[in-house]
Amino acid sequence: MSKYLVNLSVNDIPVSVPEGTTILAAAKKLDFKIPTLCYHEDLCVAGNCRVCVVEQVGARALVAACATPVSEGMQIHTNSATVRTARKTIIELLLSEHNADCTKCYKNGNCELQSLAHEYRVGEHVFIDLVNGKHRVIDDLSPSIIKDDSKCIRCQRCVRTCDELQGVSALTVAYKGDLQKISTFLGHPLAEVVCTNCGQCVNRCPVGALVEKTYVEEVWNAINNPNKHVVVQTAPAVRVAIGEELGYNPGERLTGKMVTALKRLGFDSVLDTDFTADLTILEEGTELLTRLKRALVDKDTRVALPMTTSCSPGWIKFIEHTFPEFLPNVSTCKSPQQMFGALAKTYYAQKKGLKAQDICVVSIMPCTAKKYEANRPEMRSSGYKDVDFVLTTRELGMMIKQAGINFHNLEDSQYDSFMGESTGAGVIFGVTGGVMEAALRTVYEVVTGREVPFKNLDILPVRGMEGVREAKVKIEGCLPEWKFLDGIEVSCAVAHGLANARKLMQAVKDGSAHYHFIEIMACPGGCLGGGGQPIPTNEEIRAKRATAIYREDEGLPLRKSHENPEVKMIYEEYLGAPNSNKSHALLHTHYLARRRY
Amino acid sequence: MADVQQIINDVTKVYGKERKALMPILQAVVKIKNYLDDQDLISISKALDLSAAEVFGTASFYTFLDIVPRGKNVIRVCKTISCHMAGKDEIIHAIENTLNVKTGETSVDKKFTLLSTNCLGWCHKGPVMLINDKVFPELTAAKAIEILQNYQEEE
Repeated sequence: MSKYLVNLSVNDIPVSVPEGTTILAAAKKLDFKIPTLCYHEDLCVAGNCRVCVVEQVGARALVAACATPVSEGMQIHTNSATVRTARKTIIELLLSEHNADCTKCYKNGNCELQSLAHEYRVGEHVFIDLVNGKHRVIDDLSPSIIKDDSKCIRCQRCVRTCDELQGVSALTVAYKGDLQKISTFLGHPLAEVVCTNCGQCVNRCPVGALVEKTYVEEVWNAINNPNKHVVVQTAPAVRVAIGEELGYNPGERLTGKMVTALKRLGFDSVLDTDFTADLTILEEGTELLTRLKRALVDKDTRVALPMTTSCSPGWIKFIEHTFPEFLPNVSTCKSPQQMFGALAKTYYAQKKGLKAQDICVVSIMPCTAKKYEANRPEMRSSGYKDVDFVLTTRELGMMIKQAGINFHNLEDSQYDSFMGESTGAGVIFGVTGGVMEAALRTVYEVVTGREVPFKNLDILPVRGMEGVREAKVKIEGCLPEWKFLDGIEVSCAVAHGLANARKLMQAVKDGSAHYHFIEIMACPGGCLGGGGQPIPTNEEIRAKRATAIYREDEGLPLRKSHENPEVKMIYEEYLGAPNSNKSHALLHTHYLARRRY
Repeated sequence: MADVQQIINDVTKVYGKERKALMPILQAVVKIKNYLDDQDLISISKALDLSAAEVFGTASFYTFLDIVPRGKNVIRVCKTISCHMAGKDEIIHAIENTLNVKTGETSVDKKFTLLSTNCLGWCHKGPVMLINDKVFPELTAAKAIEILQNYQEEE
């Protein structure tokens, strides 16, 4: 931001802001709210919806506050008669092309256009309703996302999200004028194009044109079916965001209340994905060490390094489409969600004396891509669909409200056992850099017998919100069996948001970057900024959720995955050792090269 | 059939492989084979390392970048008000009857596609039509049929 200050007045109140500030931001500084639709903090300015128009004294026409930088002496009126009339007309025009069947809309009550219509008390039948004359397409073929063109207001937040944040560009603006629409390549269903199901578009859609496919009714049916033993697992990032759905400020840690709520909803067992996150660290850490050994000791040139993480299903689909030549580099470990599903219908079933077909596994995820992942044909290691239904954080909020639970007054309770125990290392899976940090805490200790040399186990170099981060950890004083690693500097990289992932992988591809281990999360900020998280999500909110996750980690007695007693138990009782045959059968998977369009 | 890969190679030699080469490539392909098919859009997106959706979005925006099959000659009759008042309907009927197509369709021999278009800027000499890049002003039904016959006799 420029050091030069510009003086202007907003509604006759003087204000000084740095040169380059928009009228929208200057007004916000004075606590004047200007309504917006196409504007989003995470995205570039589009200026196409026009609801943020304001009056600039002396200007010929109204100007868009989101797209106009301030200038010296500017006099802005945000609520003059002209502005009010224009704004109301703009909203009414948007509504004339919008399927405003609000009571039946999935976004009812959480729609920015609906709120504006409510705020401005738009009239009925002001303009001719153009919705019915249009060819409307509802694409519900994806297991993750439903796209309904009749509700689209063409603000293009989704297009900018898919391009700028994710570097995928599965969505584009096609055709023009009254035929203009947001489209995939040739209008193909989302399920048949490069869409990674990350749901970042869903998180930013101001209306109901892009929503998650909901499985709430299916989950209620399972809960109400006396023959089903319904197990629920909760992802790390849900506990620090669920509050936002239920009236809390962002960044509130509500693990205990959430567990109580899940029990009240009627789940037979409330367990934690963090348990399988810890398990992932042992499987993935062992895989990394095995790959390093093959490369360094056996001089096996076929070993694929750098190895990348595999927890993020959006990342997996992205690399399958975009860098299929790097699929051997992806860890074969399933994501914690799928490890949990496979174990719930085998290990858990066996110990509880249940049949796999009588168990229903529900996941609460900050993610829409997890819905797709659970539907992948590879994810049936138990002989059944390992994870039956995936709900987003938002859908869990919906269920809690439907059940009439007063969340604020709930007592804390603990996860059930077993597969409910976790460490701080499992919790930080929910933030970018967390898997890397968790892996380093364990791998370093396995190899050297000592704790990772960072104060309080906080590996600060891999933390933060920088798009791509690098860290080097020197390994010294190895135990005899790991002597070959002595003196080696393990080179790591972390990327979040697929646009950053693309940059990082491109650097690896053209040989300008060399790493041993790469963590990639599809969503900005990692899972805490996932497509299934509460709306809105933006930089400030992501930072608050990240702080909450690190607090959660600090507050747990165990902070290293290999110390998780239930993880030790499952290896003793069931799996044998990390990367054993049984582990491979249940906890590992393979990938598929896909088309790039 | 024109080799689209060859067209892409030729254009990228001049304009490079940046995004700015997209329009020249789209135009070059349409100039040579009259329309872009799905595979062309994919080839272009690969060559410029763009998303296929983005290439489709760009092509679909421009009326003159056709993304549905077109005949060898594309006829565009002006449909705006001056040409309408000067009798464009009569011209369209004459062409439709001669080629046995309706507006928007391509003749069975794939020689002609008949389209209507917005203003061509020849309001003073309407009705007017465009065949490929050539303008034919001050049309009558007979004149339009004669012009088509000349095209028909080509090759």
